[in-house]
Amino acid sequence: MELANPASVTLERTALVAAGVGHEFRDRNGRTVRALGGIDVSLPRGDFFSVIGPSGCGKSTLMEILAGLVAPTEGSITFEGAPVAGRVPDGIGVVFQEDASFPWLTVRENVAFGLRRARVDGAEIARRVDYALRFMGLRDFAAAHPAQLSGGMRQRVCIARTLVQQPRLILLDEPFAALDQQTRLVMGDELLRLWRESGATVVLITHSLDEAAMLSDRIGVMSGRPGRFVDTLVTGHPRERDSRILGDPRCAELTAAMWGHLRDSSLRAIEAAGA
Amino acid sequence: MNAVAWTRVAVIAGFVALVEALCRCGAIKPFTLIAPSAMAASLVQLVQKPDVRADLVFTAVNVAITVAISVVGGFAAGVLLHRFGRARRVVSPLLAASYAVPTFVFYPVMIVLFGLGRWSLIAIGVLLGIVGMIVNTIDGLDRIPRVYTKTAAMQRMSPLATTFLIVLPAATPHLVTGIKLAVTYSITGVIAGEFILSVAGLGRHIALAYNDLDNTAMYGLLLLLLLATTAVNVAIHAWEGRMHRLWGRA
Repeated sequence: MELANPASVTLERTALVAAGVGHEFRDRNGRTVRALGGIDVSLPRGDFFSVIGPSGCGKSTLMEILAGLVAPTEGSITFEGAPVAGRVPDGIGVVFQEDASFPWLTVRENVAFGLRRARVDGAEIARRVDYALRFMGLRDFAAAHPAQLSGGMRQRVCIARTLVQQPRLILLDEPFAALDQQTRLVMGDELLRLWRESGATVVLITHSLDEAAMLSDRIGVMSGRPGRFVDTLVTGHPRERDSRILGDPRCAELTAAMWGHLRDSSLRAIEAAGA
Repeated sequence: MNAVAWTRVAVIAGFVALVEALCRCGAIKPFTLIAPSAMAASLVQLVQKPDVRADLVFTAVNVAITVAISVVGGFAAGVLLHRFGRARRVVSPLLAASYAVPTFVFYPVMIVLFGLGRWSLIAIGVLLGIVGMIVNTIDGLDRIPRVYTKTAAMQRMSPLATTFLIVLPAATPHLVTGIKLAVTYSITGVIAGEFILSVAGLGRHIALAYNDLDNTAMYGLLLLLLLATTAVNVAIHAWEGRMHRLWGRA
């Protein structure tokens, strides 16, 4: 077990630092809701960090703040040493939980969308898109539209669209939430392969304890609202791994440790929903 | 075409054949209805007459202007109402109730305002056609998934680029539905206005044939209108169906 300590990691080796990040918003009744309270985390370059917590603890809000989509109401975020202040910095890619593929574009056009926006050279676009399509197993569907694909394949299109832009930090907000268990495991393997080959830092927001235990180098466990990290678990997994690691006793230990933190807050969340 | 479409065509063809047989054997008198083949022959003759051609052009121009104003104006109004919530809350009940209003009661007002010519017809057509475009524009903009705008922010797109590259394409199926309704109601408004009171147009030509008990001309012109409106609607319906299939909403 290791608690995150931003001051202990030097900037040269650090991709992202969140220091004292909190967030408040007003609900429909005008009441101030504290969604996040005092998030401190440092992500070394190339780290695979998962965030897990009870429903409504502010995981997705945290991801939007890390991405620069939402400005925190307190604390600060730095990405590669530069402040992230409510604006998306270059080098960060996000895969959302919802299907974000554009139905009016083909798979190839979807994947190339960001590169075209960035006015990347045509030959370079073709090279990167071809690689991403091959990597994500979408080469035979390049001319198809998203409506012709399954949910898992559409999510792969979104991952490929992020991948081609070669982000140094990839944020994934429950990207496999809508998929069945078998597809989730396969997608997890693909994600690990992508992480190893790209060398990017990955932050994965997930509800699945198994997913976090299988994929991560470290797992940040969040409390109920206002969300903050109550523990950071170091998995000790080798870099070369895939979904078969779920059979390792270490995964069961990690899952039990996560559930030990989450059980009480999950029960409280269910009781609060019932009330 | 699939089996359902072929069945539909067969039902229509069977009905036309039945009417043809009933007319030819005298079960239906020519004073009531002429045979479909006679309607077709009349149509062919009528479209060669200069006065009918002039009326056809008059009506087609009226419909085109009406559709253009309904689509452009309806889209602009829809965007503004979507943007300004308070105005939308005021106008929404009126839009919802608008189809319950017999719009043609305003036609005399339009004649007073615009005179007995093209613009009173266009005005009544726009009154009918614009509502569907406004409602569907608002609906389309409401239904754009929030994840698209978050994706646009991740791509650091400007508001203008977001509008043209994401918002408008995402709303396209609803906009096409709005265009379909605008076209349908614009045609209805213009033709019915011409039928009631007008100086020219196909509707007026039909009304004159009706008053003169000239069933051959009346049914020939009705067949022309039926074929033209059906062709336009089938084309737009096919376009709409393709959009909804592509967008995964079929």
